[in-house]
Amino acid sequence: MTATQDAPASVTEIGRDRRRKEDQRLITGRTRWTDNIQLPGMLHMAMVRSPFAHAKITAIDTSAAKAATNVVAVYTGKDLDESAGVLINAWAITTDQVAPDHPPIPADRVSFAGEIVAVVVARTPAEARDAAELVDVDYEELPAALDLKEAAEDKVLAHPDLGTNKSALWVFDSGEAGTGGNVEDAISKARTDGILIEREYRQQRLIPAFMEPRSVVVDPTGEQLTMWSATQIPHILRFALAATTGVPESKIRVIAPDVGGGFGGKLQVTPEEWTAWWVARQVHKPVKYTETRSESLMAAHHGRDQWQKLTLAAEKDGSVTGLKVELLADLGSHVAIVGGGVPVLGAFMFNSIYKFPAYHFACQTVLTNKTWTDAYRGAGRPEATYAIERLMDELAVELGVDPLEVREKNWIKHEEFPFTTVAGLEYDSGNYEEATAKAKANFGYDELRAEQKRRRDENDPVQLGIGVSTFTEMCGLAPSRVLGQLNYGAGGWEHASVRMLPTGTVEVVTGASAHGQGHETAFSQIVADRLGVRFEDVEILHGDTQVSHKGLDTYGSRSLVVGGEALVKAADKVIEKAKPIAAHMLEANVDDIEFKEGRLGVRGTDQGVALAEVAMAAFAAHDLPDGVEPTLDSDATYDPVNFNFPHGTHLCAVEVDTETGQVKMRKYTCVDDIGNVINPLIVAGQVHGGLMQGIAQALFEEAVHDESGTLVSASFVDYLVPTAADTISFDVDHNTTPSLTNTLGTKGVGEAGTIASTPAVVNAVVDAVRAFGVSDIQMPCTPERVWRAIHAGDAGGADPTTGGAAPHFDESTGHEGQTDRTDGAGQ
Amino acid sequence: MIPAKFDYLAATSVEEALSALSQSDDAKVIAGGQSLLPVLRMRLNAPDLLVDIGGIDTLKEIRDDGDSIVIGAMAPYYEILANDAVKNSLGLLHKAISEVADPQIRHRGTLGGALVHADPAGDCGAPVLALDGELVIAGQGGERTVAAVDFFEDLFTTAVGEDELLTHIRIPKYDGWGSNYQKFVRVAHQWPIVAVGAAVKTDGGTISEARIGLVNMGSTALRARATEQALVGREATVDGVREACDLAAEGANPPSDLNGDADYRRHLATVLTRRAVLAAAGG
Repeated sequence: MTATQDAPASVTEIGRDRRRKEDQRLITGRTRWTDNIQLPGMLHMAMVRSPFAHAKITAIDTSAAKAATNVVAVYTGKDLDESAGVLINAWAITTDQVAPDHPPIPADRVSFAGEIVAVVVARTPAEARDAAELVDVDYEELPAALDLKEAAEDKVLAHPDLGTNKSALWVFDSGEAGTGGNVEDAISKARTDGILIEREYRQQRLIPAFMEPRSVVVDPTGEQLTMWSATQIPHILRFALAATTGVPESKIRVIAPDVGGGFGGKLQVTPEEWTAWWVARQVHKPVKYTETRSESLMAAHHGRDQWQKLTLAAEKDGSVTGLKVELLADLGSHVAIVGGGVPVLGAFMFNSIYKFPAYHFACQTVLTNKTWTDAYRGAGRPEATYAIERLMDELAVELGVDPLEVREKNWIKHEEFPFTTVAGLEYDSGNYEEATAKAKANFGYDELRAEQKRRRDENDPVQLGIGVSTFTEMCGLAPSRVLGQLNYGAGGWEHASVRMLPTGTVEVVTGASAHGQGHETAFSQIVADRLGVRFEDVEILHGDTQVSHKGLDTYGSRSLVVGGEALVKAADKVIEKAKPIAAHMLEANVDDIEFKEGRLGVRGTDQGVALAEVAMAAFAAHDLPDGVEPTLDSDATYDPVNFNFPHGTHLCAVEVDTETGQVKMRKYTCVDDIGNVINPLIVAGQVHGGLMQGIAQALFEEAVHDESGTLVSASFVDYLVPTAADTISFDVDHNTTPSLTNTLGTKGVGEAGTIASTPAVVNAVVDAVRAFGVSDIQMPCTPERVWRAIHAGDAGGADPTTGGAAPHFDESTGHEGQTDRTDGAGQ
Repeated sequence: MIPAKFDYLAATSVEEALSALSQSDDAKVIAGGQSLLPVLRMRLNAPDLLVDIGGIDTLKEIRDDGDSIVIGAMAPYYEILANDAVKNSLGLLHKAISEVADPQIRHRGTLGGALVHADPAGDCGAPVLALDGELVIAGQGGERTVAAVDFFEDLFTTAVGEDELLTHIRIPKYDGWGSNYQKFVRVAHQWPIVAVGAAVKTDGGTISEARIGLVNMGSTALRARATEQALVGREATVDGVREACDLAAEGANPPSDLNGDADYRRHLATVLTRRAVLAAAGG
């Protein structure tokens, strides 16, 4: 009669490689993607977008579009009123941050190619699209601020009214903060009496390129206005709608139904959402907008895009003494929701696992006339990890030692944890020695080094390179207190509710908002163990503010380490609530009740009741002890006390064809410490996907604009997202030092692979061709760049190849022209 | 990604298709649709009428015609790949087609459609050119046959007139020749940055004849004739062919784009030609 009889007591769910519950509906598409939603009387929107990076809108003639078949309305920026709201920046990184206003549709001036200038509302998507081409916009083109370094010098202003492109200068100095010494002292000492490595690295602009293009549906007809959106952040979206559009928060329901990927790219509040929200309220009917792939690549926020000026000081024996980081970060046309904050998230990570005595970080954020930038998988930490791991390789070369040796000399030893870093963070746990030893063995490090030497000696046209990345990162955003100190606009807690249903099954509500991660599976495993119920009997609910009224959503590898902990706390409260009822049922003292494997028993006896029986008793409420509420349902809101710090050793071997410059992956081994693992299969998926996304930055992807500011890589013909066909099987392993900052001992895994892999690959490529006098190749390391680096001995390797690929489809342009796919109404 | 409005005709015969083409000022023929549909969806072109020739069975045949093989313009790639005569006698074409895009596209896409689309980065044009293919074009006045060298006129431009239809491709057999197709890409699903196809006849380790086709080295598919001539009589070794292969880009006019500048493509063409020739000579 007890529920525990169904679940063998000895098998725990945590640690099982459960197949993902959600995959059948996600993979078959038989689910509620936003674009699948159809509502009675729904109208459809199409956007007219600017082909110019910077231009005055001198006139817009909408008459032909308005007269087109089944067109209901056409609006331009001039039609918007206050109720349209603005797009918010939630993280002003300095109190004097300069930021342009950001209306959903500008009235008189566009500031990037792809910005919305008008919206057409029609009865079908095709009619809206047809009519959008009839909107006639007159522009007066303005000079555009496109190059990041030039923009930082205010040569051309992205927003003339602001008087400058410089948005904010954010500085951390260990001397001033009291977390370390003065970096200038370390540098001047190294200049005369040590080793100084000075480099400038480029973080190219990337595009998140999630699989499901963004889509939004707004239904204004109910008592609560409802927005469905392909977003990572339904709760933050609801808050921002209330804060800026004048609709009371209690009148807003936001739903993130199944969402097809984000990688940070859907951590945004968008002009498209705000436009749909406003239009629906004008026409009093449901409206839908779904972007095309080209619109997505052009107008959804981009990522990375930094210049990194780096100075590393060391003693002659290779002991590091100081690190100075000066960044320029391209914000694009507007300061996005956490746009300015992304490089700041990297500020604490440049020192990485190494014991730098002195550290200085300064980041200047800069406005340009390109697509806005914001979080992209890793957000600030890949940039930091790339810089330091490239520098450590350069230091090893300077010293003439193995790159792992110089790392070991400088990293935090396992017995030194907890360790407070020069950036002021307390690393709770880790074991870099163990991860590295395991990785070297799995990789066959010594054998590959021997092969590398043989190929060099034989002058083989195919050279072997070995790249190292011993990374760490901070994740689990975030202690609210820390976010407050950083002037971030919200906290970092997470919420969970556990509802014990009378029939013994369980509904769990989380404030995290999955968009492909597998929360439904992993969270079910945690609750099944915690409450002793069957995995199948747990249902995870999320993403709808009517169900999940409280939450801070999913990004920054936070769902498990923050949201999972909230879940544990809520489940524990259920048990505490069940105890007095169980004691009453068993006629025992509540202090004698113990909970084990789904059963509340009287200590030292075989008497007990299943949790499900207590749930039923609470539901019936016929016979409860005095003063006890007839419910077991419990909530918890958890605010983490610290970040957590996954780390790992990644080793990459590449073969470089010196005749063509082509890079071929030979072997990739990683040993990641992500603490205790809930579901190894999901972790493997996260690591494999993460690695590939980081490798893509190293070798394949780059958002390129032409000299007029048009995005050249505006389709997957030119923006090269690799597929499984372009990679090898990764050798994935783990070492485990449980995190001390949450009770499950878990560390985030969502971004680890991406953060670690980029420098491992570039280090390998450079290592392969260093004998040719090459010390750097700009990312992505295209065959052409690698070939030029080898043959010119030119360290830069970057060359002005800015044109799009030959226009495989467009018969109107020849080889001399660019593929201009942004003219007129967009696609 | 919604095309502009167009009329649609599912032609059941070549005559019906030709008649429809002659009656419209702005018609487009749709074959497998793997290039045309993206064009329409991105609204790079908006014809009034689409004439679908997918229902004309006579255009799908693949026939051994003695000294040559005849491939219908609507034969999909996967059927060409499955054909033993093509595999045995047109090894270069077979190898190039096996590298076209991905299995889904090879299932729908057609050789005829690709040739008339005439993308210089397409995998098939250069092999058909190198193998001295002939293209049979039907018009209302009857059929005419055009040599591949006269077929590819410019970027996206062929000898097929607006009222005409490519019906068949005829290619002489190359029994006993070795072949190889070297496709240089950064990711598997992209068009070749440069590709080189080689068919080579050897006699006791010496090259007696060679055919070399270049992909994406100019505004049309190209043939590396200087290399072909210089290879005759050379030993099929790295040193034996190097000088000849260094001539591969002679007369080519490759584009410059994100994947490589023209000079890099010229260099690639020589390296890939050498590799293709040696591999072809070796097998």
